[in-house]
Amino acid sequence: MTPKAANETQVRACDDAVTSPIIELRHVSKRFGPLVVLDDVSIGFLPGQTTVVIGESGTGKSVLLKHIIGLLRPDSGEVWFRGRRVDQLNSKQWVAIRRHFGVLFQGAALFDSMTAVQNVAFPIEEHLSLPREQARQLALEKLRIVGLEAHADKKPAQLSGGQRKRVGLARAIALEPEVILYDEPTTGLDPVRADMINELILLLQRRFRVTSIVVTHDMASAYKIADRIVMLSGGRFIADGTPDEIRNSPDERVRRFVEGRADEEDLASLHTEMQQ
Amino acid sequence: MIEQVAALGRRTTERVEAFGDFVCFNLRMLSWLPAGLARWRNLRLLMPQFFEIGARSVPVIAITGTFVGLVLAVQAMDQLANVGLQDRMGVLVNLSVIRELGPVLAGVMLAGRVGGGLTAELGTMNVTEQIDALRAMGADPIRYLVVPRFLACLLLTPLLTFYCDLMGMLGGWAVSVLVFNVPSEPYRYYSAQSIEMWDVFSGFVKSVAFGGAIGAIACYKGFTCRFGAEGVARASTEGFVAGFIVILILDFFIGLALKTFYEAFYGFRPLL
Repeated sequence: MTPKAANETQVRACDDAVTSPIIELRHVSKRFGPLVVLDDVSIGFLPGQTTVVIGESGTGKSVLLKHIIGLLRPDSGEVWFRGRRVDQLNSKQWVAIRRHFGVLFQGAALFDSMTAVQNVAFPIEEHLSLPREQARQLALEKLRIVGLEAHADKKPAQLSGGQRKRVGLARAIALEPEVILYDEPTTGLDPVRADMINELILLLQRRFRVTSIVVTHDMASAYKIADRIVMLSGGRFIADGTPDEIRNSPDERVRRFVEGRADEEDLASLHTEMQQ
Repeated sequence: MIEQVAALGRRTTERVEAFGDFVCFNLRMLSWLPAGLARWRNLRLLMPQFFEIGARSVPVIAITGTFVGLVLAVQAMDQLANVGLQDRMGVLVNLSVIRELGPVLAGVMLAGRVGGGLTAELGTMNVTEQIDALRAMGADPIRYLVVPRFLACLLLTPLLTFYCDLMGMLGGWAVSVLVFNVPSEPYRYYSAQSIEMWDVFSGFVKSVAFGGAIGAIACYKGFTCRFGAEGVARASTEGFVAGFIVILILDFFIGLALKTFYEAFYGFRPLL
């Protein structure tokens, strides 16, 4: 092979690495009883990109996240992580895969019986064979990033909602994962604290170059942090584009959602009931 | 009519599925047991559970045991005195406590105090996604949450039962000797003559089974509880009721098996 050909091959390989998804869902379907939550969904998430998944409540956004991290198994379809099919792995095989993920749950899901620093140190102690003091120092470092080092020894009940989310975020980045999943990170917070969380997500994105998947219905947050926005409705993706493309989408369902307008039929029936 | 039959079939299928789910849950727990006992990291999780399940149950168990002994002595005294057998009060009180009432009542109290608490704790962790968070961080929640609680129930229920027995015997002695003036020496003599190691062993076997049942049922109910405060409350109630019923059923079958075994090897044992 000539040096030029070798160079071209290398460039192509680099392009593939950049453009091939780190996580991929192929024809995933999931139902709970008679309710179809995901209906033949396929999507890929590119490395280093922040993808925001929007959609009305109950459209399966959190279910999508749980499939990615293996907390739910699809009824049909496949889930791939870094070129490896993972949806069929057993719980012990998932342990090694989950080392690459950080998750911020909707209510932060901090362990009530532990202090903030113990919560953050938990994944460090689970995955790295470090002495306790060293794990604590690493956890304190993560708490410093989210600005909560001073609250390290408080229990979750002593923290505000925003602080709990920040501790949850510190725990999600404790192992410096390649992928961070955010489940409604700004829900329940006032606009100032919500913006604080958005800034933290952007900071982590710049600092650790992580792949982020954010589930939200907070459009201000979505526009601020997203490289790409996809919208779930009726168990399927109905929109996929940059924030500008989504903002100017010709699809009425997407526009109604991003502009926060109620459905006219729903409004009409509400008015009728009020008059009666 | 067809709808009723269909509903019955549906409910039966659901129950069978739930039982299969419970068996799978316990098999997974058993697969983690050796690691739960062998590694220091896992043993560290056991200590807080020993305190919560064991040390904090001591007052309740002491009160239960003492009053069981007191009541037994009060109820039996007149009847035994009537046939001139008041010296043998200790036989009746102590054997009843050691063989039956100690293990069963300690088990029931623990099903309420410990089982209800465990279900509520794990149920709350479930609905607030803390169990999902554990899984997401690569920690198996069965190993981390269930195994220590199950082991603490399994290991400490026999100890608490012995304590309940001891308090029951003391209570019975106090009423018989101090209140009804049964002579202390015959009370002690006949008690020592009638109680065998087999009786203690019988209570021990029952208490181990009760402890295991309380831990397994409470943890399973917590892990499978439905969303919201109502779900947690319902799971706690169901956990207690199921634990209570299982204790009674186990008591009958273990009692029957041990009695059959004893009579096959040692023959009938007259007590009076």
